[in-house]
Amino acid sequence: MKEKQNLQLLSGNHAVSWGVKLARPHVAPLYPITPQTPILEKLTEFHSQGELDAELLTPESEHSAMSACVAASLTGARVFTATSSQGLLLMHELLHYASGARAPIVMFNVNRTPGSPWAFWPDQIDSLSQRDTGWIKMYSESPQESLDTVIQAFRIAEKLALPLMISHDAFYVSHAVEPVELPQQELVDNFLPAYNPELRLDTSLGQSFGAPIDQATWNRSRREAGEAMARVENEVLETGKAWGELTGRSYAALENYRTEAADTIIVTMGSMCGTVRDAVDALRDQGTAVGLLKVRQFRPLPVQTLRDSLAGIPSVLVLDRNYSPGMGGILHQELKSALFGMRDAPRVHGLLAGVGGVNVSSNKIQQLVAEYADAKPSNDSVWVE
Amino acid sequence: MDMIDYPDGEQFSPGHVACAGCAEALSLRVILNTLGADAIAVVPPSCTAVICGGYPLSSVSIPVQHTTLESAAASASGVKRSLNALGKTNTTVVCLAGDGGTYDIGLQALSSAAERNEDILYVCFDNEGYMNTGGQKSSSTPLNAITGSTPAGKLSRKKNLVEILAAHRIPYIATCSPAHLSDMSAKIKKAASIRGTKVIMVIIPCLPGWGVADDAAVKTARMAVDSGVFPLYEVEDGVDYTMTIDTRNQSVNAYLKQQKRYRNLSDKNISDIQADVDKEWEYLLGRARK
Repeated sequence: MKEKQNLQLLSGNHAVSWGVKLARPHVAPLYPITPQTPILEKLTEFHSQGELDAELLTPESEHSAMSACVAASLTGARVFTATSSQGLLLMHELLHYASGARAPIVMFNVNRTPGSPWAFWPDQIDSLSQRDTGWIKMYSESPQESLDTVIQAFRIAEKLALPLMISHDAFYVSHAVEPVELPQQELVDNFLPAYNPELRLDTSLGQSFGAPIDQATWNRSRREAGEAMARVENEVLETGKAWGELTGRSYAALENYRTEAADTIIVTMGSMCGTVRDAVDALRDQGTAVGLLKVRQFRPLPVQTLRDSLAGIPSVLVLDRNYSPGMGGILHQELKSALFGMRDAPRVHGLLAGVGGVNVSSNKIQQLVAEYADAKPSNDSVWVE
Repeated sequence: MDMIDYPDGEQFSPGHVACAGCAEALSLRVILNTLGADAIAVVPPSCTAVICGGYPLSSVSIPVQHTTLESAAASASGVKRSLNALGKTNTTVVCLAGDGGTYDIGLQALSSAAERNEDILYVCFDNEGYMNTGGQKSSSTPLNAITGSTPAGKLSRKKNLVEILAAHRIPYIATCSPAHLSDMSAKIKKAASIRGTKVIMVIIPCLPGWGVADDAAVKTARMAVDSGVFPLYEVEDGVDYTMTIDTRNQSVNAYLKQQKRYRNLSDKNISDIQADVDKEWEYLLGRARK
């Protein structure tokens, strides 16, 4: 194991800002919202101190921020923005627009409950409700992972000409402080190729973007986006591996934690993974064969890898920190769909755990594992009390 | 006769799909040729978006970013900042929007761009309604005008967007008419030479939307200016008003009478409109005299 260098105590949000600074974006339109604002404030601080040489815009809304992101990206700039909850929802129209225009914007979203009623707690429904907008969607568990993923995100997005959204949970990750290893600027410069798109708004080229088209061409635009999506998982793996060679921290679309010979595997995303690791360690100490399958890349959903990872496992518990009224937990539904038709499919229990930011402790997770070990699964997601 | 004198640099091509006789196509031709080749256009949904052409054709030589209806000024800011970051600081970034995308849904983004004094040129083709969707009212539609959403005539007055923009103290605002093309070209040239946010409002009589004859767009625009309904003037730094033409030579009657959208006006309506135009005209002259 490499010795950790250049450690700083950083919150998840400030770790994101450091990652952005190291990635050297050209343009960053930013609009404040709790609990994202520390990302914005750290970036404007870097900028005012001359440490971030980027064009910063502070428009009147997230809608305009994302509009500026799309336009700047199509003009050939590396672009970053950050938001949360209501802000992400206000951007919804432009999220479709960005992916349709194949603008490789990198956005950081801090998962927060949307109103009504007003609340500021960790819940992933804000980003999950943007599931079908054509963005690559990744979920981070810790400040270090958030920093590492932001840098990798530019390489993945720009290579495939797809926008990429990373989310971490409000407060549990956004405001929690931990030692974070800051990579050297030179390392990041070597890791991230310069962004120089062939297609761009440029008076020497004369190309236009987004003109009205016929049915077949619109159809083709989405098929081509789908083809690029099909390359994401491999790109996430290759990029995560290359990052690992430089820093000792490798990443992939999914992560297996102590899943060897497991009777039960817990599948979840974001900050919940940390608590699950603790519960898995405790249960393994007691002789219960439990593991964690962390979903880091949610869109595109790594279907085949999920099937391979869960083949032959007797029982799976999905912990959803989100709720789609009328359907249940979104990861639960996605996983059932991914595993459909498998001969040796596990029993899948969907648990609505932590919706609205309700605390889910390690002890609670250990109880759930015992409770559901031999239970018959329900088709619907079940509320955890 | 006001002869237009400008070089046609072939920035706008024939074969576009504007209605025959459309004054917006005429204005686009003058504006684009005045700006020349070193420009990028941002176009929200509007008649201009259609006139620029469907993929893979384009009637416009410069690159165009088609953006969403409420986003023109924000998108133009993004293009401009990106060009700045890439070292291409001299390229003009021009929004070509309609009044729906400017007075209504795009006003928030425009106000913010103006507040930041983004270095963009914003042209609003003001045909006083959502004419590209078949003719519904916008906040630019004048009092009493019949539209698809105001079948009995609009009950409220037209928003004075120039004053709203002037309150932002941006460096340059001007009004233009397709009946005064040399003036339009001169104002575009002046605006393009200024750093910061510039807004040009162009009155565009819409043939089907206003119910005027196919050959009457330019004539109607001239009557709008001559009657004082749409005065030509400039506002510099939000406070210095200059009248381009400071006389009126006709009442509003003939202007209103030739438009089918005003077919239901009573004599009282017409005299009320005349009184309002007189009042606004005096107010504007007063601003220009200071």
